[in-house]
Amino acid sequence: MATVLVLIDQPGEGLHKSHRELLTIASGLGGAAVAFLGDLNEAVAQELGARGVRTIYRPSSADVGEFLVAGKAAFLAATVRASSPSAVLLGNSFEAKEIAARAGVQLTSGVITDAVAIGEDFSVTKSVLAGSYAVEAKVITGTPLITVKANTVDVAPAGDGGAPEVVTVDSAMPARAARITGRTAKAASGRPELTEARVIVAGGRGVDGDFTPVEELADALGGAVGASRAATDAGWIEHSAQIGQTGKTVSPQLYISAGISGAIQQKAGMQTAKVIIAVNKDADSPVFEIADFGVVGDLFKVLPQATAEIIKRRS
Amino acid sequence: MEDASQAGLDIVVLVKHVPDAQFDRHISGEDRTTVREESILSELDEYALEAALQIVEAHGGEAAGHRVTAVTMGPPAAASAVKKALQIGAHAGVHLSDEALAGSDAAGTSRALAAVVRHLGAVDLVLTGMASTDGETSLVPAQLAERLDLPQVTFASSLEVQQQDGSWSLTARRDGDVYSETVEATLPAVVSVTDQINEPRYPNFKGIMAAKKKPLTTLSLEDVGVDASEVGLAGAWTRVLTADPRPPRSQGTIISDEGDAGIRIVDFLAAQKLL
Repeated sequence: MATVLVLIDQPGEGLHKSHRELLTIASGLGGAAVAFLGDLNEAVAQELGARGVRTIYRPSSADVGEFLVAGKAAFLAATVRASSPSAVLLGNSFEAKEIAARAGVQLTSGVITDAVAIGEDFSVTKSVLAGSYAVEAKVITGTPLITVKANTVDVAPAGDGGAPEVVTVDSAMPARAARITGRTAKAASGRPELTEARVIVAGGRGVDGDFTPVEELADALGGAVGASRAATDAGWIEHSAQIGQTGKTVSPQLYISAGISGAIQQKAGMQTAKVIIAVNKDADSPVFEIADFGVVGDLFKVLPQATAEIIKRRS
Repeated sequence: MEDASQAGLDIVVLVKHVPDAQFDRHISGEDRTTVREESILSELDEYALEAALQIVEAHGGEAAGHRVTAVTMGPPAAASAVKKALQIGAHAGVHLSDEALAGSDAAGTSRALAAVVRHLGAVDLVLTGMASTDGETSLVPAQLAERLDLPQVTFASSLEVQQQDGSWSLTARRDGDVYSETVEATLPAVVSVTDQINEPRYPNFKGIMAAKKKPLTTLSLEDVGVDASEVGLAGAWTRVLTADPRPPRSQGTIISDEGDAGIRIVDFLAAQKLL
């Protein structure tokens, strides 16, 4: 039976939804083993066992994370050599892609990013050219290293497996690597992660500095707040909220676009959303070409009315 | 005794000639590769070039022996990305041009570019954009660092280079979702920069005229010691099996707000079972 190695990097107190999705995919393709970075607490180990993980590989050195990417990549490559999995799955963050990239060179193995589906033969379905093409691609050399987008599968319920075996893997620390000398935690918003959110409400130039109606609608729907590049460049919201070609690529169930014209740079980040609603004053905005439901109107009137209506219907 | 030419920084900026993202882009042929007509210098690489020029200017300019070389790989037309970089302010250009490069994946691209960097000799800094706007994988900078065995500083949203006791080092900021990190490395290093790092300059008339006199070297795979079987489609570690244009999203219902649009949005959400 195929064993698929899943890289779990710094989950903190508990597994994230995206980790559970990766484990669900790995189990579906055979069985899951985990290459684990960070503190492994009892609850996380228990959950990994309950999700069918029999073996957890951990680095022998605690400071792999102090070196940018290189240390983590060396650990992943060493774990692949030690355990010979059929494939490796990672999340789709920039850092996960880079860990895969470097491990791929070390292992003479191909890397495919942005997977939305993985077949039994490890062929990968993904979007390219800003979502304008769907391609099927395959790693033809080495152990497939695949980074998987969030929200591509429903998380399977956990079983009642026992605690996994923990195996320590030795890997050489990179001689020449950049050192992380400072780390500032960003303020937590309490909202879901953009790339994992089922609902996103995003604001653009039209919010004119005031994200309040966008945030209130997002909170009423339990969603995340996103932004166009115009809004992040203007400093109205932090850069990490940017959706688009140079920001995040998202595929939520519902994307509500407010005051965003929907030029190609923005469309690249959101046109694979399942349902798109657009609110914009300008009837000629390109976003209306891809919207399932569009409102030509003032977002400062339309959004608060929608928020109030949602709260009313729920109470 | 310090030789001024040795003290100068040799900076390589990797630039890519990509299909203009303002227009529809296509995949074609039995190898399912990207159609490269209507291509331009990748917008994201302009930030890397700007970062290089700012470093040079902050440390005494070209007169202090610092030098920025723009490097690209690709078909003959890709030279125009290097020419644009020369117009903006790079001091020299290098074009790795070989038919065998066509269809390279990230592994092949990083192999070829690493060979060019080695061929150029003592390089202090390799600067790249955060991704190409066509491949969009962001894999190449990390793979270059791995292949060149150099420190990797990727997704830098600020970058400073400093000299102490004759040796150069860098400090960068890397903004993640959860943390903002400060990263330090000694040179040489591979650095990718985000579109937050600066405001790229435009070529001016003087720059456009000056570019015509700047050296642009064309290299072949043989020149940099790479076998044709290691790059392009022949050397790719991944293969695209099928490529289908996504059917265009069909336009839905568009209404003008008559005072009840917020409620109609909620009706739509309810009908779609999204509440």
